[in-house]
Amino acid sequence: MSFNNLDQLYRQVIMDHYKNPRNKGSLEDGTLTIDMNNPTCGDRIHLTMNVENGVVKDAKFDGDGCSISMASASMMTQIIKGKKIEVAMKMSAIFSDMMQGKDYDDSIDLGDLEALQGVAKFPARIKCATLPWKAMEKGVKES
Amino acid sequence: MNTKDIRSYFPILHQEVNGHPLVYLDSAATSQKPIQVIEALEKYYKEYNSNVHRGVHTLGTKATDGYEGARDKVQSFINAKAREEIVFTRGTTTSLNTVARGYGDLYVEAGDEIVISYMEHHSNIIPWQQLAKRKGATLKYVPLQQDGTITVEDVQATVTENTKIVSIMHVSNVLGSINPIKEISAIAHAHGAIMVVDGAQSSPHMKVDVQDLDCDFFAFSGHKMGAPTGIGVLYGKQALLEKMEPVEFGGEMIDFVGLQESTWKELPWKFEGGTPIIAGAIGLGAAIDFLQEIGLDAIEAHEHKLAAYALEKMQTIPGMQIFGPMDPMKRTGLVTFTMDEVHPHDVATVLDTQGIAVRAGHHCAQPLMKYLNVSSTARASFYLYNTEEEIDQLTTALLKTKEYFSDVF
Repeated sequence: MSFNNLDQLYRQVIMDHYKNPRNKGSLEDGTLTIDMNNPTCGDRIHLTMNVENGVVKDAKFDGDGCSISMASASMMTQIIKGKKIEVAMKMSAIFSDMMQGKDYDDSIDLGDLEALQGVAKFPARIKCATLPWKAMEKGVKES
Repeated sequence: MNTKDIRSYFPILHQEVNGHPLVYLDSAATSQKPIQVIEALEKYYKEYNSNVHRGVHTLGTKATDGYEGARDKVQSFINAKAREEIVFTRGTTTSLNTVARGYGDLYVEAGDEIVISYMEHHSNIIPWQQLAKRKGATLKYVPLQQDGTITVEDVQATVTENTKIVSIMHVSNVLGSINPIKEISAIAHAHGAIMVVDGAQSSPHMKVDVQDLDCDFFAFSGHKMGAPTGIGVLYGKQALLEKMEPVEFGGEMIDFVGLQESTWKELPWKFEGGTPIIAGAIGLGAAIDFLQEIGLDAIEAHEHKLAAYALEKMQTIPGMQIFGPMDPMKRTGLVTFTMDEVHPHDVATVLDTQGIAVRAGHHCAQPLMKYLNVSSTARASFYLYNTEEEIDQLTTALLKTKEYFSDVF
């Protein structure tokens, strides 16, 4: 494997989200607050969501982690905003399939998240990418 | 023996990973195993696999000799006074838990203090945290100096007449710093406390003399010193082990069993409930033979040389932050670092694509990470089989990593 293969992992769009995270911060009026960490590596995420009438009105994240986990959180908060909870959960399932290199349902456009496809080739990093999504799922399930 | 000869005994090192020759720099997590250890395991399973202390048949006797012979080797390896002081466990974690349960539960009371430090590995934090909770005792932390060392003065200021247990790591798995255990032991004893040492990161890399350190307990793992996983040692002063209760009850460790009451075997077997880790102990014995043949002093000197070389080389990389003492004589062969702009996990992934294995994360030392104000670091750790060329490869790959990430933006 050469440095070229890394380009599959560190796409420009991922590094852009890492360097310029969207929706960084915490919602004052959030209806859901979730803290989650990856105990094996120390990455952590603080996710706040404002869910009204089954729709994600707003979402913000804070945290500390590698480029993959933080970019994934930035992209996730971007794409779930304005979506129904069921759609967000469906996206999470699709994303999880994508990360595991499985065939995935492409009926929902995952936008920038498609750039994370390369993570599937780096098994040690899959947990990084799915951390924010696991946090979102936990928040929804517990609400 | 030169490094080239030493490397020839480690079959795993002779392979390519991701198209590059493997550069294994994660020995602080677990070391590679020399062929002598692998063959000792194979021989046991192929030729005399049997349970110990039970059978009167030939294989049983051979297995018992192998297992108990390994105990003698451990005794001499750490210079314990008696073989009864060597208890085989699953590893450092089990050893420390055995002290916390077997000694702590008997002798620690509400209001007592247990003293550890900010640099401890989780296995030398949580058993004491749990003991403190069970007993209503206080867990106190010795602070660290700027360079990641513990001073005798700070220990002196933390230990009081209420301190019952002082438990400190011999060598930090993150900072590489070597702690003044002998002096800390003296302070603990002057206050009537016992001294426990987490020796996971010292026993593979330097000569350990438990009598000279005057510690009461010393815990270490086999897998970090060339032996298989799943075998470890708890050394304890005989008088203390005698007074302690076992923490695991069942087969092997009993003397007489009645319907309501039972008695225990004598030391060290009262702490070795169930069928022991026979192959593991035999493997540990083989690892000790191997290390002693090379000489612990020679291994220590080799690692100091590598640490000094790595510190010098890595400091030339712009944006590199290195943790722990910068004086190579104050540390063992590991370098923990962060790189500006590049998260440690990303560093580790890029290095892996170049065949270089390092550790990234919190290294099971979350309180220390908090103390250092980082969430994660990367660590290159060396052992007797590593070379200066490998450090050059690491340095080149780190420079490339830096370039790669600055190019992506």
